[in-house]
Amino acid sequence: MIEFRAVTKRFDDGTIAVNSLDLTVEAGTITVFVGPSGCGKTTSLRMVNRMIDPTSGTILVDGKDVLSVDPPELRRGIGYVIQQAGLFPHRTVLDNVATVPLLLGWSKAKARSRAAELLELVGLPAEMGKRYPAQLSGGQQQRVGVARALAADPPVLLMDEPFSAVDPVVREGLQDELLRLQAELDKTIVFVTHDIDEAVRIGEKVAVFREGGVLAQYDKPSELLARPADDFVAHFVGKDRGYRSLSFVDASGVEVGAVPTVVVGEAVTAGDGWRLAVDERKHPRGWLPPGTTVDGPLAESVLKPGGSLFEVGQSIRGAMDAALSSPSGLGVAVDPEGAVVGVVTATQVLAVIEGQRESRG
Amino acid sequence: MIFADAFAWLVDPANWSGSKGIPVRIGVHLLYCLGAVLGASAIAVPLGLFVGHTGRGGTFLVGGGNALRALPTLGLVTFLYLIAGGGTGPVLIALIVLAVPPILAGTYAGIQDVDRGVVDAARGMGMTSGQVLWRVELPNALPLLIGGLRNATLQVVATASVAAYVGIETLGRPLLDGLRVLDYGQFVGGAVLIALVAVALDLLLAGGQKAIVPRGLRLTGQPTGPKKGKRSQKLVATAAQPDSGGSTA
Repeated sequence: MIEFRAVTKRFDDGTIAVNSLDLTVEAGTITVFVGPSGCGKTTSLRMVNRMIDPTSGTILVDGKDVLSVDPPELRRGIGYVIQQAGLFPHRTVLDNVATVPLLLGWSKAKARSRAAELLELVGLPAEMGKRYPAQLSGGQQQRVGVARALAADPPVLLMDEPFSAVDPVVREGLQDELLRLQAELDKTIVFVTHDIDEAVRIGEKVAVFREGGVLAQYDKPSELLARPADDFVAHFVGKDRGYRSLSFVDASGVEVGAVPTVVVGEAVTAGDGWRLAVDERKHPRGWLPPGTTVDGPLAESVLKPGGSLFEVGQSIRGAMDAALSSPSGLGVAVDPEGAVVGVVTATQVLAVIEGQRESRG
Repeated sequence: MIFADAFAWLVDPANWSGSKGIPVRIGVHLLYCLGAVLGASAIAVPLGLFVGHTGRGGTFLVGGGNALRALPTLGLVTFLYLIAGGGTGPVLIALIVLAVPPILAGTYAGIQDVDRGVVDAARGMGMTSGQVLWRVELPNALPLLIGGLRNATLQVVATASVAAYVGIETLGRPLLDGLRVLDYGQFVGGAVLIALVAVALDLLLAGGQKAIVPRGLRLTGQPTGPKKGKRSQKLVATAAQPDSGGSTA
């Protein structure tokens, strides 16, 4: 658990970076600090491991005042991940990961074998340990950065915009990876970002900061989107917050309907209306438009590409997106193996959303 | 014609023996260079590390370094000779003064050029200030630091000739003598020898650089990561960093 008690940071030039911050980060959760630049989110994070010392106030990590601990000793017990990873270019990946264990006085052999375990944990092949940071992609470097921070198994992990320098697709992969790791490791994680989408995606609690280092709202992501505390937060979480908040409504209430299917590579029987083309494992391949005549086995070239897919039991945002992006207007639901379960229409999804609103009263 | 004379002078066995022979002069020349580069390193490397690491006094350092560079070496040797009398000291001091700025600039720029994110991570991992310097900043500063050493060495090898003005048997001797008696063969021959010594030393240092600079840095083709700090670029430019000082990837 990390507690900020009336923490203020005023820099030498008089700027107030953090203004009387009171906030408790609960143990074993991912808490995201989010806000525009200059809102004090990074300063707040960096005060936890004393990269910056507060002007006044107290910060407690697991009940202990951080100012009572010598900075290097404090930092060795707290994982630290930064933007662009900050890997040591002159050391191999394995030695980078072994940094903190070696600082703690572990033997070289023990530190290296621990580092190898960590590489596996973050999903990197063991032979990558012999490479140098310059030989890795941005996403791989960031994974190594996470492994390095976890090497000595610290209870607290500080992550300062760790994924903002990688492209969106890689970023999403890293976010999923972090959530998977957290389910396994149960760390107390403080995560700083300026991206509200990232914040609501990975945060169990989100602290929104405004300029001048003032905490504007500290809440669960669903609450933040549904009930912003003021105009600043409402504006910051954005125009799409209504749509985004669907991420927190589960899709189990959506009735999945049957859909006529055709199989790629087999003869197509007569029929009308949109028909979903699947392969032999029942994975969707695309849509066969109404009135298409097919001679012989069905080729993929006559199909219209399908929309996004959603998994049964996931959020209703995915179901809505699947319906809206499908050429037939029918959103395709799949099971965890990717096989077609059925379809939904946008109207059905809306009905479920409306129904939930009424039942909430 | 001149080159034939120079060649004749260079292959004349009489020039290769005795206490004023070419081997002795090369030896003396090298000793002065070695003394000057070692002496300058002893001053400039710790100073550059300190200023680069703490960030204190950088402006003063660059200004001072450039002021030193503006001193004419020959004038300095003569001046020191006049006030201190003959001997090794004045020449060595003048050469050290000449060698300090490039080593200082290389060391300072090398440390300053280490990716700020890398230093931040090192501190955040729990390294002490000294550990950050020795384990992270210094290894990453090596390409530019050694570049500064090579630059200083080249300058010192070329300039150690001035020691001949005050009676020391360096490779400057044939230049002075040759000029005095209009023996251009000797003059050019001496110049060729100095150039050969400079090239040989630079190759030696290049080899040393290859052995010392960590492999991870040579892979990148540049001293640090993809996002380098821009603030030291100006310094490197004003400090006339040798283009040979880069990495050898």
